[in-house]
Amino acid sequence: MKFGVVRFPGSCDEVDALMACRRFADADLLWHGDRDLDGIDAVVVPGGFSYGDYLRVGAIARFSPLMESVIEFARDGGAVLGICNGFQVLCEAGLLPGALLPNDSLRFVCRQVEVIVENPGTPFTRACEVGDSLSIPVKHTTGRYYAPPGTLPDDRVVLRYAPGHNPNGSMDDVAGVCNEAGNVMGLMPHPEHAVDPLTGSSDGGRLFESLAMVPA
Amino acid sequence: MLIRPKSGILDPQGQAVERALPALGFDGVANVHVGRLIELDVEDASQVAQMCERLLANPLIEDYEVIELNGKGDGPS
Repeated sequence: MKFGVVRFPGSCDEVDALMACRRFADADLLWHGDRDLDGIDAVVVPGGFSYGDYLRVGAIARFSPLMESVIEFARDGGAVLGICNGFQVLCEAGLLPGALLPNDSLRFVCRQVEVIVENPGTPFTRACEVGDSLSIPVKHTTGRYYAPPGTLPDDRVVLRYAPGHNPNGSMDDVAGVCNEAGNVMGLMPHPEHAVDPLTGSSDGGRLFESLAMVPA
Repeated sequence: MLIRPKSGILDPQGQAVERALPALGFDGVANVHVGRLIELDVEDASQVAQMCERLLANPLIEDYEVIELNGKGDGPS
């Protein structure tokens, strides 16, 4: 089992994501200008400010050579996890429903939040039970999830902010969603920053642990 | 291209501007929305709608309007 963690110009969480993956399996960085996903069993699109987030968050990264391969990989059923900016990129790529808008407060938020596992039936949450509460930090300015009415069935909501924990005005407290097939997931909180009790919580590791359980 | 937040989607930036104007004495202001303007020269204007659909706007959350200014150099530069 091997993770590939994407590095765009402007990524900033790829090393934490790499280290989080390596707690559970092999992992390597993938350069945005390459196209090769040989030997990769799951792709992580990390947080940051890919391509400067010019125009709209994630809008330009979505057209990078590597992302073309990641889109093909996802369409073939490969597991792809987008975190924060990675979530925004996957929405822009059309791999996930909806879009991320500026926080309702218009402020950058950086805090620990509780998220509730709504759907443990995905490759990203199979180490969890429905209703599990995970303590994971958020840090973003553009994290207000929105999907047009009728486009987000309940089973696509993988994680919801616990009552009172919605940091950005996301519709229905949505914190993380998956695609119809369940092999692509995006979330605004940063599980890669919550993998060691030393930093307050290791709950984020459950997502990487879940992915590492995917048969290689 | 004029790109605007779709109506019905919360536009906190527009709301912040709307709240700021009365503070300066500008009363009677409503429905403020903040979007963006993209200017470009293009040889084949028939491509512009596709540019908006695929990159310049996100049709899930934004409406766009294309304003064509014919001839060189008469744009609002």
